Amino acid sequence: MIASNFRDEITTQFRLVAREQDKRLAPLTDDLPLLDSGLDSLCFAILVTRLEDSLGVDPFTTSEDASFPVTLGDFINFYENAAT
Amino acid sequence: MKTQQPNQISLWNALTALGDLSGRSMWGASACFGVPDMVAGSVLGGRGSEFYGRSVLVATTEQLTAIAALIELDGLASRIVLCPPDLPVEHLSFVAQIAAADAIISDRLETESDLPLFVPSGGLVPCVHDRSAQHQTEWVLLTSGTTGNPKLVVHTLASLTGAIEPGKLAAPGITWSTFYDIRRYGGLQIFLRAALTGTSLVLSSAHESTAQFLARAGAHGVTHISGTPSHWRRALMSPSAHRMAPDYIRLSGEIADQALLDQLRAFYPQARISHAFASTEAGVAFDIKDVLSGLHPDVINHTPGVEMKIKQGTLRIRSDRTASRYLNHECRPLKDKDGFVDTGDVLELRGDRYYFVGRRDGVINVGGLKVHPEEVEEVINRHPHVRMSLVRTRKNPIMGSLVIADVVLEAPQQSGSSDDHTIQRDILTLCRESLSAHKVPVSINFVPTLAVAETGKLIRRHA
Repeated sequence: MIASNFRDEITTQFRLVAREQDKRLAPLTDDLPLLDSGLDSLCFAILVTRLEDSLGVDPFTTSEDASFPVTLGDFINFYENAAT
Repeated sequence: MKTQQPNQISLWNALTALGDLSGRSMWGASACFGVPDMVAGSVLGGRGSEFYGRSVLVATTEQLTAIAALIELDGLASRIVLCPPDLPVEHLSFVAQIAAADAIISDRLETESDLPLFVPSGGLVPCVHDRSAQHQTEWVLLTSGTTGNPKLVVHTLASLTGAIEPGKLAAPGITWSTFYDIRRYGGLQIFLRAALTGTSLVLSSAHESTAQFLARAGAHGVTHISGTPSHWRRALMSPSAHRMAPDYIRLSGEIADQALLDQLRAFYPQARISHAFASTEAGVAFDIKDVLSGLHPDVINHTPGVEMKIKQGTLRIRSDRTASRYLNHECRPLKDKDGFVDTGDVLELRGDRYYFVGRRDGVINVGGLKVHPEEVEEVINRHPHVRMSLVRTRKNPIMGSLVIADVVLEAPQQSGSSDDHTIQRDILTLCRESLSAHKVPVSINFVPTLAVAETGKLIRRHA
């Protein structure tokens, strides 16, 4: 998958995981703090696993970037940067 | 159980021996007790003496209430069973039976029990009865078992506090906190450390967000704080991570990887960072202070007060900090004949350091919570189309590990068929109905066969 499609895949997976885990998802805007999205740690863990399978990257493991993403925009960038 | 051994050290004795504790407090999310008030007061309506010599289940909603009850009961009750907040209410009678409990202290509205129920008050009232220690109270902690019923692990105050230097009042200005609930071993260590060194303590709450907790920790000036690697990853993803500036960060309960240690060091450059190995059964074993993942062999060979060895690949520990036994009759002995506890954690030497690579028994650690594969397999195997299943770990950078399942069907479906998807969905529904969320597999893979050993048991790989 090319990096420009990452955004769609990431937001799709956010919605899928929230539905499966019975979580109420906040509107997905770039400035949304991840921890206010409605997903808990377990949901994020599942999300990162699903994205590794579908996008073929896991920037949490491979990135040398010293900071974790805080907002949804950071999160998408984190994945896009890892793929380029 | 030992009885009638007056003047033994108890939590209350230890607190009173520290001297002036004015200004020290224990903060919950919605309430706060001054430590001197807890030493002088009672959360049991001044009726603590009624629990003399009894085996008591403590199953309160709030950690603060549990702490006040612990200070009151230790040295008085013969046994205290500390029930974690997520203990399903249907397990209470099992726990009570195994612990031979004859009273329960609980404000959980749904608590149903045949035992005499004592509902603690929200506040402290004056306590007039003699509070000096009468018993060496057994402290019983719960840990997850393979069958779904918890295992009851017996400690004493002495074994729980073996890693804490006794009778030494900490320097003023130190405030401890922990992401853990104090009803779990990792959290209990921090409460006892705060209590025995006379520092203030900020408790977490299941009812507040990570951001709210971090802001509260910052507002109370937390200097020392502990949590699992999963707790810390979540903290680093919060915009409120900068609201606190701890001097000391401690990780335990899961493998601390180098990426996380580096991120913590970059985010909190002023903090000393250590990762510790401890478990409910084996106690506190060691602390690694060089901000590198894994451990140097010297730690195994030269940790004062703790003997360690690696046998058949797993870490074995002997010290006065280990638990003494399980209360459940069906459990294997907690220690071997030489007194070593087998942690079940597999260590591998790579270069000049040992690294934890998983569990010999296949137990999966999801964010510090243990998952026994057998418990999940039992649920999956209830599905009529399932012949057998193997639950195993998948590494995850957020929670350390997640649960996945390989499933052999009775009649193999055509790969990718719609029946496959229906069965997958039905298995997951079954799991969600029967298991806590962290035990539900994140993926179900259909496989043609699973390896079975000559013993007839599934072959489990540890990593």
